Amino acid sequence: MNTLLAGNPETKTTGTPLPWGRWGLRSVAISYLLVMLVIPLLVILQDGMREGLAELWRQVTLPIAWHALKLTLWTSAVMVVINTIMGTLTAFVLVRYEFPGKTVLNAIIDLPLAIPTLVTGVMLVVLFGPQEAVGAWLKDQFDFSIIFAPSGIIMALLFITFPFVVRSVQPVLLELDRTQENAAATLGAGGWTIFWRIILPPLALPILTGALLSFARAIGEFGSIVIVAGNIPLVSQTAAVYVFGEVESENRLGASAVSIVMVGIAFILMMAANYLRKWSRSGSEKEVE
Amino acid sequence: MRTPASTKIVPVTKRLSELRGKWAGWVLITLVIAYVALLIMAPLAALTINAFEKGAGAVFSSLGQPLALQAFWNTIWIALIVVLTHSIFGTIVAWVLVRHRFPGRDLIDGLVDMPFAVSAVVAGYMLLLLFGRNGLLAPLVEATGIRVAFAFPGMILATLFVTLPFMIRELIPVLEAFDIRQEKAAATLGASGWQTFWRVTFPALRWGMIYGVTLTFARALGEFGAVLVIGGAAQGRMMTTTLFIYHALEERQYIGAYSAALALGLLSLILVIGSDWLRRRGHQ
Repeated sequence: MNTLLAGNPETKTTGTPLPWGRWGLRSVAISYLLVMLVIPLLVILQDGMREGLAELWRQVTLPIAWHALKLTLWTSAVMVVINTIMGTLTAFVLVRYEFPGKTVLNAIIDLPLAIPTLVTGVMLVVLFGPQEAVGAWLKDQFDFSIIFAPSGIIMALLFITFPFVVRSVQPVLLELDRTQENAAATLGAGGWTIFWRIILPPLALPILTGALLSFARAIGEFGSIVIVAGNIPLVSQTAAVYVFGEVESENRLGASAVSIVMVGIAFILMMAANYLRKWSRSGSEKEVE
Repeated sequence: MRTPASTKIVPVTKRLSELRGKWAGWVLITLVIAYVALLIMAPLAALTINAFEKGAGAVFSSLGQPLALQAFWNTIWIALIVVLTHSIFGTIVAWVLVRHRFPGRDLIDGLVDMPFAVSAVVAGYMLLLLFGRNGLLAPLVEATGIRVAFAFPGMILATLFVTLPFMIRELIPVLEAFDIRQEKAAATLGASGWQTFWRVTFPALRWGMIYGVTLTFARALGEFGAVLVIGGAAQGRMMTTTLFIYHALEERQYIGAYSAALALGLLSLILVIGSDWLRRRGHQ
C-alpha cells in the first residue's frame, strides 16, 4: 500500500507545490554527493590514468602489487565461503530454535559492526600472537601461525563480516511460510530434503546479497589486516596495505593504479548487491499483492 | 493408493524424524555457539585479560596520559562534527532519493553505498590527491591558508566519506514506510511544508535517525585507515584514538595500546547496544 502511494509522489504532491524548495533540496543532495563521493573517486581515476592505460596495467601487474591483489582476492573468497555457510547456519539457529542464551547470541552478532576494525586486529594479535599462550601453542603443536600469515587475514575478515550474511538471511527466514515444510514432512521428506528443496531456494537471494556485501567489505579492509598480517610484501601484504605503503613512499602511480582496481571491484560488487536487494524486494512485494 | 499398513507407519517415522530433528538442532546450536565463541568472544576476552595483566591501575594511568587523552578528545570532536553534518545532509539525501524521481537516481542510490566498499586507505588517498602538497586543490589550500591534509579538516573529510552511507541507509526504509497521507492531511489543514516536516514527518523518522546517528558515531570513532593516510603516519601529528593505538603498538607500549583499544571498543559497544535498547523500548 505504502509503496504504491510512494511510487510516484511527485505527481501526487498537491497543496503548496513550492518547486524552488524541491529543486533546492535536490541540488543540495546531489552536490553533497558530488563533493563527498564523485569528485574524490574521479580524482583517483584521473591520477591513475595520467600516464595512460598501458602504464596503469604495468603498475598493477608489478610482482608485489599483483601478489597483493591476488592475496586480497583469494583470502576474501575463502572468507566468503566460510561466512556464507556459518552465517546461514547462525541465522537458521536463531530463527528456528529456542535455547538459553539466544538473546545474548543475537546481540553478539552485531558486535563486529560496533568494534573498530583496528581493535579487532589488536584482539586477534593478543590471542594468536607468537608470544601469546594460544598462538605459541598452535605454533608448537601444529606449526600453524595465524599472525603475519594469510590465515590471520581470513580470521580478521571473518570477524568483521560475520553480521552481513546473518542479518541478510534472518528477516527472510523469519517470514518464511512453514506450511510448505510441514506439507513436505507429511509427505515423508527428510530433514535434508526439506532444507535443500524448500528452505534454501527462497534464501538464495539474501544469502547471495550477504556474500556480496561481505566480499565487497573484505576487499578494502585495512585496519585489522595491517595489525594482524603486517606489511610483508609477497607474503601477507594485501592490496589496501600495499596502497598505504606506496602512498607513504610517495609512489603515486603505483598507489593510484592499485586503488583504481580496488575501487572498480568495489563498484561492481556494490552495484550488484544493490540490484539484488531491489530485485528480491520487488519479488516479495509481488507475492504480497 | 495408500495401504493401511503405511498409514500406520507414518506416526512412527514422524516421531523418529522429530527425534532426529531435535538431535540435529542441538548439534547446530552447539556448532554456532562454538563458532561465535571462538571467532568473536575469545579475541575479546584475550584483549581484556591482556590489558589488565598489570592491574587496573596500569590501564587507567595509561589512559590518563596527556597524549591518550588528547587523542581521545580529537576523536570525539571529529565524530561529533561528522554526525552533525550527516544528520543534516544525510536526511536531505535520503529524502530526495525516496521522494523525488529524476534521471540518474538509481545510479546515485548505488553510489551512496560506495564508501562501504571503498578501502579506507583509498578514501584517505583520494583526499590527499585533492588537498596534498601537489594536489589538485593545492592552490586553493594555499590561497585560503586552511590546511586540510595532515590536519583536522582532512581528518573530518576522511571520516565524512567513510561514514556517508549509514544515516542515509537507516532513513530510506523509514521514509519509504511512512504513510504520505499524513503529510497530505497536514497540508490540507493548512500546514506549511516546513511545519509538516517538523510536526509530522520528523517524529516518524526519529528512530531511524537515532540508529543512524549511533552507527555513524561508532564508525567515526573507529575510523583508522583514512585518518592515517590523510593525517600522516608520522609521530607528533594530530592524533586520534585509533592512531594512538597504532603508534603505541609500533613503540611496543602494549598496555597503552591494549587499554586504549579496549576503551574504544567498549565505548562503541555501549553506543550501539544503548541505541538498540532505546529503539526496542521506543517501539513497545
